[in-house]
Amino acid sequence: MPDSNWTPRIVAFFCNWCTYTAADLAGVSRMKYAPSVRIIRLMCSGRVDPQFILDALAKGADGVLIGGCHPGDCHYVEGNYKMLRRFQMLKRMLEDMGIEQDRVRLEWISAAEGEKVKTVINDMTGKIKKLGPLGIPQKFEEWDRELERFAREVDAKQQAQAESKSEPEAVHA
Amino acid sequence: MPKPKIGIYWCASCGGCEEAVVDLAEDILGVVEAVDIVFWPCAMDFKKADVEAMPDKSIVATLLNGAIRTTEQEEMAHLLRRKSQYLIAYGACSHLGGVPGLANQFPREQMMKFYFEDGPTNVNPEKTYPQTRFNDQGREVTLPALHNVVRALDQVVDVDYYIPGCPPTPKITKAAIAALLAGKLPPKGTVLAPDVALCDECPRKETKPTNVSFTEFKRPHLTLLDPQLCFLAQGVVCLGPATRGGCEALCVSGNMPCSGCFGPTSRVKDQGAKILSSLCANVAPKEEPEINKVLAGIPDPVGTFYRYGLAKSLLRRKVNLPMNGNGK
Amino acid sequence: MIKVTINGREIPTEKGRTILEVAREVGIEIPTLCNHESLPPYAACRFCIVEIHRKGVTRYRASCIFPVEDGMVIQTHSERVLKIRRILAELMLARCPESDVLRDLAYDIGVGRCRFERPRGEKSPCQICRICTVREEMRIGPPGSIPSTFVGVTGCILCGMCVRLCDDVMQIGALAFEGRGMRRRVTTPFRKPSEFCVTCGACSSICPTGAIELMRIRPQESVSIPSEFEYGLAHRKPIHLPFPQAVPRVPIIDKHTCVYFQTGGCKVCEDNCQAQAIDHAMQDRVEEIEVGTIILATGFKGFDPKRVPYYGYGAYPNVYTALEVERLLNAAGPTGGELVLRDKRKPKTVGIIHCVGSRDENTNRYCSRVCCLYSLKLAHLIKEHAAADIYNFYIDMRTPGKGMEEFYNRVAEEGVHLIRGKVADVYPDSAGGANGRLIIQAEDTLMGRILKVPVDMVVLAIGLEPQADAQEIRRRFNISCSSEGFFLERHPKLAPVDTFSDGIYLAGCCQGPKDIPDTVAQAGAAAAEALALMDAGFFELEPNTAFVVEEECSGCKSCIPLCPYTAISFNEEKKRAVINETLCKGCGTCVASCPSGSIVQNLFEDEEIFSEIEGVLTYA
Repeated sequence: MPDSNWTPRIVAFFCNWCTYTAADLAGVSRMKYAPSVRIIRLMCSGRVDPQFILDALAKGADGVLIGGCHPGDCHYVEGNYKMLRRFQMLKRMLEDMGIEQDRVRLEWISAAEGEKVKTVINDMTGKIKKLGPLGIPQKFEEWDRELERFAREVDAKQQAQAESKSEPEAVHA
Repeated sequence: MPKPKIGIYWCASCGGCEEAVVDLAEDILGVVEAVDIVFWPCAMDFKKADVEAMPDKSIVATLLNGAIRTTEQEEMAHLLRRKSQYLIAYGACSHLGGVPGLANQFPREQMMKFYFEDGPTNVNPEKTYPQTRFNDQGREVTLPALHNVVRALDQVVDVDYYIPGCPPTPKITKAAIAALLAGKLPPKGTVLAPDVALCDECPRKETKPTNVSFTEFKRPHLTLLDPQLCFLAQGVVCLGPATRGGCEALCVSGNMPCSGCFGPTSRVKDQGAKILSSLCANVAPKEEPEINKVLAGIPDPVGTFYRYGLAKSLLRRKVNLPMNGNGK
Repeated sequence: MIKVTINGREIPTEKGRTILEVAREVGIEIPTLCNHESLPPYAACRFCIVEIHRKGVTRYRASCIFPVEDGMVIQTHSERVLKIRRILAELMLARCPESDVLRDLAYDIGVGRCRFERPRGEKSPCQICRICTVREEMRIGPPGSIPSTFVGVTGCILCGMCVRLCDDVMQIGALAFEGRGMRRRVTTPFRKPSEFCVTCGACSSICPTGAIELMRIRPQESVSIPSEFEYGLAHRKPIHLPFPQAVPRVPIIDKHTCVYFQTGGCKVCEDNCQAQAIDHAMQDRVEEIEVGTIILATGFKGFDPKRVPYYGYGAYPNVYTALEVERLLNAAGPTGGELVLRDKRKPKTVGIIHCVGSRDENTNRYCSRVCCLYSLKLAHLIKEHAAADIYNFYIDMRTPGKGMEEFYNRVAEEGVHLIRGKVADVYPDSAGGANGRLIIQAEDTLMGRILKVPVDMVVLAIGLEPQADAQEIRRRFNISCSSEGFFLERHPKLAPVDTFSDGIYLAGCCQGPKDIPDTVAQAGAAAAEALALMDAGFFELEPNTAFVVEEECSGCKSCIPLCPYTAISFNEEKKRAVINETLCKGCGTCVASCPSGSIVQNLFEDEEIFSEIEGVLTYA
């Protein structure tokens, strides 16, 4: 059960020219928002490889936020469209993999929209708080316990065999 | 000079990798001449106890195919690891999890129910399920338990080399065995296939467009496939760009698009993510509704992009599946 | 080649020319009323009569049509000629006693009084033209209410210039002569409001006595063309100099109002231009110029005070914007520098309202920076020009800059009332605004009282906003805007004239409100940056470019269509993709897309990002 003081960990990939600058502006303007986001700066939202998103989730992020320039305004002309197209497919795939839609989000935030950075982060944090931690590393651990458990059984068996000091009998030479 | 000992074992597999060995055709005679196959349940009569009786590391190399799904497969994997100098993951299932890996989208219980109850061809009115233990007149018989998660071999034991493919082609199998016997092996952990994507050796390379832009995706069985033209240029999903080469593009030569069985190159962590990235970035429209219309041509992203690699993907398994039961 | 003598001067000239032409050419002035350079001579007014001696015969003829002949001796201002002109003036005055033009003309030639004057109200003793009786009928009523629509009987001397102009030059023909003899007058067909009149105003412009009222010819639409520079406080012609400091300082022709473009006629300007600089057939030319750098200096738009209707702009005639008042106070402006209201009164009390459209949650939150200082300047100038009582209503008084605080003190010392309080409302005074007075209601926060100040004139210190097309412009240049809509500078402190796009610079108010010294400084900075970029002979690339690892690339060509800068190309020999480092801008889209992971981006490699992901997730 997630306790009410739990702060989700959201990895954010922000494009340098728009969203990162907006986040900077939010900071300079001393806007207060949930401390859940950890920002990774990339030059363009088009640089966001779906591998990064999946890796972030697999390493324990409760959510991933991608921020880019508004369509038509990309500093590199069309990088954000490529991100949009990838995201549309990724959304479907993540749903098929059991990850709730609210956990991975794509937002268009322009350099002057410091306020939007704050509202998006607060909104996303609120939604993820309701969903609870995703905890994929913990899940991996839990899944792999079935190996451990079995390994213990086998170990015990082999230990017993060793202690019985009997040679295993070959069936065929 | 005793011949080097070789073992071949199968786990959660279809048997295709066994056939691949047979597929060596007359070259198999050469293999048999050069090595001693000491364990091959498919074709020979050696038993598990024989393996247990062998000294550790006495088998030079074991080619283990199939994913690890049951406790028995896990145990054998550990056993063969102990007994072999080189444990080689043979085929896509042990390399990446393979097609069985797709079971990671469902809870084990749901699959059991389908197989033994709901399947359309089932006749099982008493709903009999296999049990891991059964007492039959005072004697206990056991069956291996199904793990909840399908795994590639290296998610269970330490693996030395990988021979990719579903199944691996005779050519790379021969090359791998030759390298093994000659002692000319690359660094541990290498996949024994070229580290370049399939497009490099694809016979349709000349027809690859430099301006591919998808306005729709066509399913291979619902369209007439042009036997000369690059599949992507035809709007058909082909995973060639994201898949290692080395297979001589046999599927493409058979007029079917590549489905990615050789797995990703060494630079890529998640093959499905990369092919998704590449295909979608080249989709033509800019507005969400139009984009979604084009992407609707890929109805099953997990099945298409992770056909062989789900178990080794970054997420490994559908994350919200229940974890009840522990092998029973 | 012939020779004539005018006023004692021998002038060689050619046959066929009129005396008036020849005289004007050598600078001898002959007065005319019905003569215009665009119209052929008509000789209706006879004012140009001169004395001609030739072959012993003395004649008095209209010089505007009489051709020169060899040996003519002409006197333009002999006694007899002057006497004739005086009689002519008197006769015309009798017909049009109210014409200022005729009165001045008459005075100039020595006419003291018109002997044909009659007292008001009495029937004319002469009964010759019956004009005066008709005039009496027309003395009452606003324009348009009078049954007949014929033109300006009160001033018309029947010179016919308006008719000839409208017909021959403008090629419209809305006016014509009607009647004969004493009943002759200028009017529209059937004396009905004309459908054909295009309200070009040429007739009223050319009329020597100012007798034409356009409203009588086309009552509905006689609207003068408002001068954009004078903010509608004055009018302009279709051909006009935009403003005195225009660069280049040449007139422009407004296609929408120029008569030539409507009827194919007029072209008086072209006919009269001695430099032959006017070409009505000129078309817009689109030129493509390759440049190395671009400086955007597209300026600002003044806040539209109609968005704050409680200040009454547009509703009450005596509410002005600061820019309008600038024109009123300007010696070259519509009122010659006199502070005169729309209802022709001179204000005795003026209220200046600061922060109109600035520092306001409902309109613009930012401070427009220049308004306090220009409002104080206007207060100072109004004190000078009109010696009026002035009230400045401000929220905060912002006067940074050299000498500005001292200026503020000076304005306060001059007796301008500085009231700290945002104006809540402007409304007409108790007389219902009939006298044009308004009440400004504000709270004097320093005194803690609500004030209701009656003023004759309200001046709104409007703020500065981005241009209406700022979004369109900035998209074209691929730069961003900040939240208010001004163009975004690269860094507010360290790079105020650069943008995020290399080679594009900003100067002036398009980047944010600022005054002239700051604009000039910024423009210099932008020019310097542009020069530095172009002059260097090299330019620095961002280091975060991408490159294809040749041994790893499979030649799948998936990356090639992705690059908006066409930096990726396919090497046919090697069958590999290749990235041109100088074209690559380092966005990384190709890196993310490469399905075999064979493209690497400097500074943003996959490994770096994966370890960043791991790093940010190490702590809870």
